[in-house]
Amino acid sequence: MTESRGDRSARSDGGSVTEEGPVREGFLRRLSVPLDRRFGSDFFESSPFWLPPFLLMALFVYGAIIWNLMISLTDYTGFAGSPDYSNLDFEMYTQAFSDPGFREAAINTLILLVAFTAATLIVGLLLAILIDRGIRFENTFRVIYLLPMSLSFVVTAQFWLWMYNFNNGIANRLVGSIGLGPYDYIGNQALVLWAVIFALMWQFSGYAMVVYLAGLRAIPTEHYEAAQVDGASTVRMYWRVIIPQLKGATISAAVVLMVFALKAFDFLYSLVSGYRPPNGADILATKMVREAYANLNWSYGAAIAIILFALALAVIGPYLYYEYQRGYL
Amino acid sequence: MKDQPDDTKDQPDDASNRDTIGSGGFVSRLRSLDRGRVGLYLALLAMVGFYLTPIETGLVTSLKTNQAVIETAPYAPPGPSGFTLEKWQTAIDQLLRGMGNSMLYAVPATAISAFFGSLAAYGLTVADWSKRYKAPLLALFVAGIFIPYQAVLVPLSQFWGQYVQLGQNLGFVWALGIDNDYAGIIELVTTHVAYGIPICTILFRSYYKTLSTEMIESARLDGASLRRVYRRIVLPLSTPMFAVVLIYQFTQIWNDLLFTLVLVATESSPAAPVVLILAGLGTGMEGTDFPLRMAGAFFTALPTLAVYIAFGEEFAEGVTT
Repeated sequence: MTESRGDRSARSDGGSVTEEGPVREGFLRRLSVPLDRRFGSDFFESSPFWLPPFLLMALFVYGAIIWNLMISLTDYTGFAGSPDYSNLDFEMYTQAFSDPGFREAAINTLILLVAFTAATLIVGLLLAILIDRGIRFENTFRVIYLLPMSLSFVVTAQFWLWMYNFNNGIANRLVGSIGLGPYDYIGNQALVLWAVIFALMWQFSGYAMVVYLAGLRAIPTEHYEAAQVDGASTVRMYWRVIIPQLKGATISAAVVLMVFALKAFDFLYSLVSGYRPPNGADILATKMVREAYANLNWSYGAAIAIILFALALAVIGPYLYYEYQRGYL
Repeated sequence: MKDQPDDTKDQPDDASNRDTIGSGGFVSRLRSLDRGRVGLYLALLAMVGFYLTPIETGLVTSLKTNQAVIETAPYAPPGPSGFTLEKWQTAIDQLLRGMGNSMLYAVPATAISAFFGSLAAYGLTVADWSKRYKAPLLALFVAGIFIPYQAVLVPLSQFWGQYVQLGQNLGFVWALGIDNDYAGIIELVTTHVAYGIPICTILFRSYYKTLSTEMIESARLDGASLRRVYRRIVLPLSTPMFAVVLIYQFTQIWNDLLFTLVLVATESSPAAPVVLILAGLGTGMEGTDFPLRMAGAFFTALPTLAVYIAFGEEFAEGVTT
């Protein structure tokens, strides 16, 4: 679909672009003709459509990130109105790397990133395969699996707090029925991060399922049939033939999940109704907000935010390049 | 939700069953098919249990007295003596004003960001100009979706708190007797619109790429301006995508806690959104009041749940694109 568009713009890049379009008055015309010649026939006329939203977005996203970078180089703390931009240094970053709390949060962030993404993708893929087996009531199953995704983290945190409750929670009833526990999931430093990962996996695996399902539906039926004619078992067929074709779905779902894991702030905040997550579950996203808004270490918070941004960039940079190469941009 | 009448309408009885190809006689085929099928449905039902248990537990717990919470199993419904609506009553009393505040910013922010997204996507997809220059712009939009909002929080506080200062500068509004905490609502609308534009643009773009180019091109050749093409052709065709984007955005904005925390700050504020009040609900010196929290959680989730149950398909489309 994009080809014809590409052809056309390539053609009009060539030169004769002035023969169409409404007549504009002197100044605008003098401005628009060279612009259109350079950028394509509709450039000037289309700018009222995309330029205002773009500027608003760019100001709030990219302008704010640059501003944040500036603030992270100052020593801005406390209730003072504005940072002092006259004296910039990297002190906040050296402070971060020597802060054991920061290191712990960074490690937890990476664990969350990898374990949550992997678990969610695997569960989502299994669900998608189950749903794709030509079942009845497919819509009902899909609606139920995706349901948690429509809920706020503030809401799901309440549910899981109750699930993980030491005395009355279902989690302890379940492990109790096989003779284990009870465990203090939220209070135990070694367990809490995994409990959070499990809860987030519950909330997001429906999303991974929907992405994979779209990928599975795009695979031609002949591939299934060919594998079965060859006598491959069902498991082998999926492993060898089907799953390798889901690379695109895996990449786009993984990027969304990883970026989400970097900002799983709302859930952790709601677990404790406060800026300090349970011991052992502090991540960079929560530490950043806590340093800035609870401890009023604004510039230190800003520095952590920049490090978090760099992590996100490490995930989305390659993704954008991949999309660009496939011609999706 | 369990017995929607239209569940099976696009599932014909002979839904393709890939297992049966190449197996032996009819009886053995039926038997092996049955075993496989039964296992399949058992697995599917087990997963239904997995996804619904936390929600079901919350629902029954919200209807229990504190005594019944201790005495009954967490997933069991309350007995007649343990049943109470008192927790719902308290939750609604505390959260209702938050509900109104949330609506006050979620609805306009949803509508405006969807409209901006449609405009931007139109200018960057249907309008005909050099792909070489469009691609970097689009990359900025796509990257904007994935930005961790922590990276913009401090400047955002500075921007609203030190430079724009709606709380003081809109004096004529507050003179009307509106609490000036409601400046936070205006800030939330603007902020959510700005950060919603990237995802809305990309959603609309994915849709505009599939539009037939013939009609648009012939309209352009007849001398129609881009604005006319948008109003007469593209905007009317965008209705299904508007449904998807509006649902997605509404859910996102309603559910977001971080911006409300930073821009409105306290749950006691008259302008406090519902998620902010919920985050602190039922916590006290004497321990956590779980039934109250569950009731509050359900009450907070009602608008998004209603939207989800009514427009599940559109929601799924929104999250996948």
